[in-house]
Amino acid sequence: MLRFIGRRLLVAVPTLFLVVTLAFFMMRAAPGGPFDMDRKLAPAIEQNVLARYGMNRPLGEQYLSYLAGVARGDLGPSLKYKDKSVLDILKENAPISLKLGGLAISLAVVLGVSLGVLAAAWQNRPGDHVVMAVAVLGVCIPTFVTAPLLVLAFASKLGWLPSGGWNDGAWRNLVLPVVVLALPQIAVISRLTRAGMIEVLRSNYIRTARAKGLPEHSVILRHALRAAILPLVGYLGPACAGLLTGSLIVERIFNLPGLGRFFVISALQRDYTVVMGMVIVYAVLIVLLNLLGDLIYAALDPRVRLS
Amino acid sequence: MRRLTKGTGRSVQTMIQAARGRSLWDDARTRLLRNKAAVTGMTVLAALAVAAILGPLVAPFAHDEISKAEVWLPPLTDGHLLGTDALGRDLFSRLLMGLRVSLAIGLVATAVSLAIGVAWGATAGFVGGRTDETMMRVVDVLYSLPFIFFVILLMVTFGSNLILMFLAIGAVEWLTMSRIVRGQTLSLKQKEFVEAARASGLSDGQIVARHIIPNLLGPVVVYVTLTIPAVILAESFLSFLGLGVQPPMSSLGGLIADGAQQMELAWWLLVFPSAAMILMLLSFNFIGDGLRDAIDPKDR
Repeated sequence: MLRFIGRRLLVAVPTLFLVVTLAFFMMRAAPGGPFDMDRKLAPAIEQNVLARYGMNRPLGEQYLSYLAGVARGDLGPSLKYKDKSVLDILKENAPISLKLGGLAISLAVVLGVSLGVLAAAWQNRPGDHVVMAVAVLGVCIPTFVTAPLLVLAFASKLGWLPSGGWNDGAWRNLVLPVVVLALPQIAVISRLTRAGMIEVLRSNYIRTARAKGLPEHSVILRHALRAAILPLVGYLGPACAGLLTGSLIVERIFNLPGLGRFFVISALQRDYTVVMGMVIVYAVLIVLLNLLGDLIYAALDPRVRLS
Repeated sequence: MRRLTKGTGRSVQTMIQAARGRSLWDDARTRLLRNKAAVTGMTVLAALAVAAILGPLVAPFAHDEISKAEVWLPPLTDGHLLGTDALGRDLFSRLLMGLRVSLAIGLVATAVSLAIGVAWGATAGFVGGRTDETMMRVVDVLYSLPFIFFVILLMVTFGSNLILMFLAIGAVEWLTMSRIVRGQTLSLKQKEFVEAARASGLSDGQIVARHIIPNLLGPVVVYVTLTIPAVILAESFLSFLGLGVQPPMSSLGGLIADGAQQMELAWWLLVFPSAAMILMLLSFNFIGDGLRDAIDPKDR
């Protein structure tokens, strides 16, 4: 078990190295720089500013010192926000994204599994068809379509919910972004659950449970569900990656001060260190979530051996 | 097999010939045409494609024709079927243009991913051994990159350039394709009919051409129908963030982004492009599902 975790983390090192390297050189290849203003800086001042951030040195040297910093856990200062380090900025914004993502994935799992179980129990009856039709729509309709449509309906026309803003995480501000983020995942999870459930319901031990005279809800909830949601665990990693992508759109539309929104703004402003820091955080998150998914999977399914 | 051994009236030879009358693809076509959702999807998609190709030629207005006097006209006024936008441009004409751009991006970027993915996967699968391991390790590493961030960085770095976007999105999407192709090649290599072909004296090249590629085609076709909408989504995503196709050209994603900003004043700018997008993605989805069911009969 520990050896498995250790090996997976070792494999992640070249991935993260590649991520840092690619992001570093792509960012530096971009035209313009963080200190471009409407009015051009005097050459002497510009030199001073560059020297202050070590950006007057050759690119290769800067790259190496950045790598050394990352290895020590130091992501450097922000180039746009004076007196703030990249870590400060991440600490301010990450909790907002995490709260959104956490709520969205919880909602998606609870609703998705319930709908999938219901659809499987009603297999090929009208209820099943309705759930699956909604799931197809959920998979097909992208976040950037659902978000404005829901804002138009619930914020502009009905006025039930605010159209955006964080407002210290008040629940009324959270409803729409969380729902928008969760919708595609609800769709996928309900399809996976339904498929798993239908397969499990055909197996012998379920027939035994029914033969013993157990009531149907007990057969489904206590016996079938555990085996049926196994494929779901493997999907959690990709689901979280999908949430990260979705958060880029959702945070922009709802004007939430999270990581996703910051990423695009910082890239456009050429705030090199902040962009790099965020790419690294995302890459680490993806690696860890995938690892976590594999571990849970192995813990739940005795047939899987970690090697 | 059971029917063959029972064939007493007719000779086994004629029964084999009778069975040969329907190829795998004939079967698949019949099954596909019996699937209502897939046929509807194909019809809708064909209509959208014709509209995208011919539409801009027959549209009553140019997609970039600005008219200060006709700002934000609602649908069905003054010959503007779907209304006009903030600059007085005809939404119907812009929608046809956007549809054309989105479909073109979908096709080209998918072709890029198809070429890279099939070449990579087939080589790894057929050569096998250490080559296979190295090539697949590369795919694993690339898989765990947060790609959408790199595409965003790429667009920021080099400006929004159509060709670059094709390449970038195509380069992201080939990974899954190469995995599918490799897996198929590996398992096909060990199938009895390949062994039989080898035993009857076919060369490697003939085996690849006659047995491996035709059997590879099924999953690849299915995955292509799923890649096209994924690519269209990726481009629309970039356009929505303002990093995709630049005005006055527009993709569906760009139109939706414009519409989302003006939806309080002009709902039609959001609703019609969104509807076109949903219709297109649904069609692709139904076709993909139908193809999968049709081509892979054991998986139903």
